[in-house]
Amino acid sequence: MIIKNLTVRFGAFTAVDDVTLEIPDGAIVGLVGESGSGKSTLARAVSGLVPYSGAVEGVDRRGVQMVFQDPLTSLDPRMTVGASVAEGLRLPRAARQAEVERLLSLVSLPVSLAGRYSRELSGGQRQRVAIARALGARPTLLVADEITSALDVSVQGAVLNLIRALREEFGLTMLFISHNLAVVRYVSDVVAVMHRGRLVETGPAERVVAAPAHDYTRSLLEAVPRLGRGRPAPEVTS
Amino acid sequence: MRRLLRTPAGLAGTVLVTAMVVLAVAGPPIWGAEAERIDSASILQGATAAHPLGTDNLGRDILARVLVAGRLSLTLALLATLVGATAGVLLGALPSVLPRRGARLVTGSVNALVAFPGLLLAMFTAVIAGLGARGAVIGIGTAVAPGFARLTQTLAASVAGADYVSAARMLGVSRWRVMTRHVLPNIAEPLILNFTQALGGALLALAGMSFLGLGVQPPSFDWGRLLFDGFGRIYATPAVALGPAAAIALAGIGFNLLGDALAHAAARRTAPPGTDAEPGAPRPVALGEPDPDAVLEVRDLTVAFPGGVTPVRGLSLTIAPGEIVGLVGESGSGKSLTAAAIGGLVPYPGEVRAGRLRLCGADVRELPEAERRRLLGTSLAMVFQNPMAALNPALKVGGQLAEVAVVHQGASRAEAAARAVDRLDHVRVPEPATRARQHPHELSGGMRQRAVIAMGLMGAPRLIVADEPTTALDVTVQREILRLLREVTAETGAATLFISHDIAVVGELCHRVVVMYAGRVVEELPVGELASGAAHPYTRALVASLPDMETDRSLPLASIPGRQPPPAEVPDGCAFAARCELATARCAAERPPLIPYGTARRVACWEV
Ligand SMILES: Nc1ncnc2c1ncn2[C@@H]1O[C@H](COP(=O)(O)OP(=O)(O)OP(=O)(O)O)[C@@H](O)[C@H]1O
Ligand code: SF4
Ligand SMILES: [Mg+2]
Repeated sequence: MIIKNLTVRFGAFTAVDDVTLEIPDGAIVGLVGESGSGKSTLARAVSGLVPYSGAVEGVDRRGVQMVFQDPLTSLDPRMTVGASVAEGLRLPRAARQAEVERLLSLVSLPVSLAGRYSRELSGGQRQRVAIARALGARPTLLVADEITSALDVSVQGAVLNLIRALREEFGLTMLFISHNLAVVRYVSDVVAVMHRGRLVETGPAERVVAAPAHDYTRSLLEAVPRLGRGRPAPEVTS
Repeated sequence: MRRLLRTPAGLAGTVLVTAMVVLAVAGPPIWGAEAERIDSASILQGATAAHPLGTDNLGRDILARVLVAGRLSLTLALLATLVGATAGVLLGALPSVLPRRGARLVTGSVNALVAFPGLLLAMFTAVIAGLGARGAVIGIGTAVAPGFARLTQTLAASVAGADYVSAARMLGVSRWRVMTRHVLPNIAEPLILNFTQALGGALLALAGMSFLGLGVQPPSFDWGRLLFDGFGRIYATPAVALGPAAAIALAGIGFNLLGDALAHAAARRTAPPGTDAEPGAPRPVALGEPDPDAVLEVRDLTVAFPGGVTPVRGLSLTIAPGEIVGLVGESGSGKSLTAAAIGGLVPYPGEVRAGRLRLCGADVRELPEAERRRLLGTSLAMVFQNPMAALNPALKVGGQLAEVAVVHQGASRAEAAARAVDRLDHVRVPEPATRARQHPHELSGGMRQRAVIAMGLMGAPRLIVADEPTTALDVTVQREILRLLREVTAETGAATLFISHDIAVVGELCHRVVVMYAGRVVEELPVGELASGAAHPYTRALVASLPDMETDRSLPLASIPGRQPPPAEVPDGCAFAARCELATARCAAERPPLIPYGTARRVACWEV
């Protein structure tokens, strides 16, 4: 699919400015940029949640599903996990149960969780429920907006592994948005860098990270914090 | 429920409403005959021993009539509120389901109706609907409806913006289903609260209608009717009017108090439970001599909240001058409460206990109040995640900084203002003199965080506590703030406690790292060991699960199964045991102490 000349305006303010981006079938395209750069707005436009000008070709409305940043607010607190996952299924009642179980096991959750409420789950489990719900609609494109930002590092890995497995086993096509360059690099085939509503650079993940072409990409890369750059304590001379 | 009964208002409301309900159920069978008995021998009496509230023009006992009328008064009020609430909720929900133009029409009408005086609307409708109880109920219902409609609209609009509603829309769930499945259940609680309050209002309004002769017609009678009958005699025999009036007032007050108390209880539900504090088991600890060089020395710090919630459990921490210590751990591990305890900022009803809490050589808990405040005010600089929380939005930035110098250092206004500009310049706020004259919202997030750091530098801080100071900032801005913190620590020789959930940031900035899990320190190590020399299974797993720019993309990332136990459910043994690959039977049974491991580090684990 391809996003062509997509522009979103809020009054006089242009949040997304003439963005053209191809998302090849079966690929994960990572979108990085700072807060306010327009990543989420682009995601919401592609998902049909905000009006835009331009075109999203190669996918219909129901073919796009989105997973949100905060897994707690993206699941209805009054619904069980099973009911949430079943929500988008167009299946007779009898077949639903089996499909819910299939979706839960797809995201490596025990089927016994179906009767629980989202508040009883951990952040990582909630996010997997949200992914299962989106997969139920058999999307041609899955939009993931900062889906690991609200998670602790200790569970982030499991969600990222799941994303990669879904792509490898089912050829899922995905727009993966994050402000964390290391995370985007790990999951994406293609990386697109957004700055002030515009795309400033797009290319294969390893290439963008190893040989950035744009100054802004370079400054983003330099700012990534690295373990072990810290130094031992200075000698205290008193 | 127990909390509801604890406040005087909640207790009074519950008692009154319960009494009213009992009266409505039991009143007619008990006093029904008495209320209807005509006694020509005793008509139009005032208060007597036989008739405490007097009798009416047929000699019927008014006290009995008041007690019997409760059922009709309450039933009618309930009916009226039900009618109003149903109509209102439907009207309020419509805009979310209708196409845009219809929605606008409904919203407009509701707004117009809300502005219309309620009693007028009620009387107008009642007159059209016909004299009598039915007309009054419909009238009051009509008056109540716009309020419910407005409330439903507002609540529904806030839920409609929630991510789960967006998700449902994307899944192609119909508007009607979104309304009934997602929106209504999630706004039911405030609607029910409003219902209780509206019930009190309806009761009063119905009494008013009956009193005006528009409501209940003889031979039926409700409190309003009784008041109407007795009102003409109020100067001669006041008791006959005061009885029904008191009943109306008590019922109205009861429902309003209960409604308010329910609303308060609901609002407070997110706060920690209010059960009694569990006495922490006192543990004998050998404290040893205080460390004379340390800027901060904390021994055996515990922060507890009522209900057995203990987010910090016996934490010890020492920081030397010029040293940056990073405190990491996943969310909920107790990092921020540790910082709050050091600054004396633990919110009520939290309780802080410590074997030792020394700042700059003095135990802050032993200092007299004035001295303690001065020590904290001048020696401690605190920087938080949200700089807006530290800055008063109504005041200019420069003025707020100057305030610190005026209050704590006795500087003159002019000196303080000059120093404020100097400090802003020092933390590299561009055009400091201009910025000092601006309000916080006119600064960008990074600049605000600099201003907060500058505020800490107005004095001569000995300890800087920075709690997630860069979490809300972009990576490029984060990098500048980290550099600034490093410079400030080096030049002032202050000790810095840097708190973050991001182990990479800590690894980049700090000299020494303290890892927390479920309220306890599990490992303390020099930063150089973090990447490949960590000893505790949790630290190792944490480091392994962090993707960096060199992570092998062909391998799956490490992650830790399970979750951290919440602060009220921390097990007796090692808190990490349920998630630990190396756990043995001993780990679950016995807690590993934090003991030295090699040089300059400490670990709490049985298996290292
Ligand atoms: N409904 C709206 N009305 C006006 N401005 C908006 C609206 N929604 C978003 N914006 C603005 O659009 C810009 C881009 O927003 P968006 O949320 O897409 O950024 P982002 O890159 O995803 O940021 P973050 O990483 O913080 O989520 C921001 O400046 C934001 O303030
Ligand atoms: S004490 Fe046991 S359970 Fe705890 S971290 Fe060490 S090995 Fe794991
Ligand atoms: Mg965003």
